[in-house]
Order: sequence, then C-alpha cells, then structure tokens
Amino acid sequence: MMSEILIMIMMTLGSLFILSTAVAVLTKPDVYMRINITTKTATLGLGLILLSAAIYFQDYSVTTRVVSIILFIFLTAPIGGHMLMRSAYFTKTEKWKGMKIDDLDGQYDPITKELYSEDRKEGISPKTSEENENQ
Amino acid sequence: MSLQEYYNYVILPILGISVILVFIRFLKGPSIPDRVIALDMLILIAIGIIAIYSMQNDQSTFLDIAMLFALIAFLGTVAFAYFLIQRSKNDE
Repeated sequence: MMSEILIMIMMTLGSLFILSTAVAVLTKPDVYMRINITTKTATLGLGLILLSAAIYFQDYSVTTRVVSIILFIFLTAPIGGHMLMRSAYFTKTEKWKGMKIDDLDGQYDPITKELYSEDRKEGISPKTSEENENQ
Repeated sequence: MSLQEYYNYVILPILGISVILVFIRFLKGPSIPDRVIALDMLILIAIGIIAIYSMQNDQSTFLDIAMLFALIAFLGTVAFAYFLIQRSKNDE
C-alpha cells in the first residue's frame, strides 16, 4: 500500500514534467530555447516514471535495466542537444528577436568550424584582427 | 482509486496530450532542427508510455524496447546534426 502511493506520486510528477516540456516545446520562440528545454525537464520526468516502474516490479533484473536506461538518457540527451544546437548555429537558423548579445559571434572559424578559445582570440581570429586594422 | 484506474484516467491522458502538443510542433516547425528535436522529444515520451504500459500489463519485457528507443533517439539526433553540418559545407 505504501509503495502504491509512492508510485502514484512519482508517476504524476514525472508526467506533469513531461507535459510542461511539451507545452514549452510548442510555445518557446526559438530553436535554441526548445533544445535547451527538452534536454533538462524531459530527462527528469522520464527518470521519475522509470523509477516508479522499478519500484513497482521490485526485481533485480528490472532495476538494472531501469538504471541503465536512466544513465544512458542522462548521458546522451545533453550530448545530442549540444550537437544539434551546434549544427543549428552553423546553418544560421533564425534567432529570437529579443536576443541582444551573441557571445559566439565571430568566435568560430567560418571554414573549419573550429572554436577559438578566449586566450587565442587576439592573435588568430581573423575577423577581429581585420576590424582592428580598419580602425 | 486503484493503480490500474490511475494509469488509465490520469497518467496516460497527460502523456497523450503532451504527444499531441509536440506533434503540432513537429508539423509546424519552421526549420529542420525544430523537427529533429520534436522527433527526439516524441521518442522520449514514447519511452515513458512504454514504461507505464509494462506496469499496466505486468510484463517487464517491454522495458527492453524502451532501451532500444533510447539508443535510436540518440543515434538519430547525432546523425541529423552531422548531416546538417555536411550539407551546409557542400552548399558553400
């Protein structure tokens, strides 16, 4: 009886987190915000639902499977989101109008897609050095 | 209210509504990354539904399929990201 109440609470919390993620995916104005949302709240909601499955079965084989699924999702969702956001940035997907500061502007090599780190910025980054010469 | 009724009347409708909302974004999405992330989100919700379904039917074997879906979601996202970068390189 105790475990049933625990399962109900965890399932409800997890499904509400997933519902909030779905609403955010529909209403956020920007690709980057949507990717940012899905990698955070969806993993939390899924983790809660899968943990409630582990509590329901109370079996070693199910628990190991659930833990491996949760670990896999926690590791891979941020990596996939990062790669997708990087490719969206390179293909110049539209940004939100209210976005004022773009810190990555001019920090990427346009051809090799390499990121200039901060201490190498002055010597190597071609865009900023050209601007300095013009001034 | 028993656990069985709770799945049918509370949890599965919430997950179903979220599937519909994400699918609207999948149809609308102005750019390709929008659609890819909506697809990723659909697969993640499907993992949750599979977990609920395995509890409902008392069959833990369905969780294997959930693991498979997690793998496919990651591989699909990474492959699409790589494809987008390669295509932009070819256009230049």
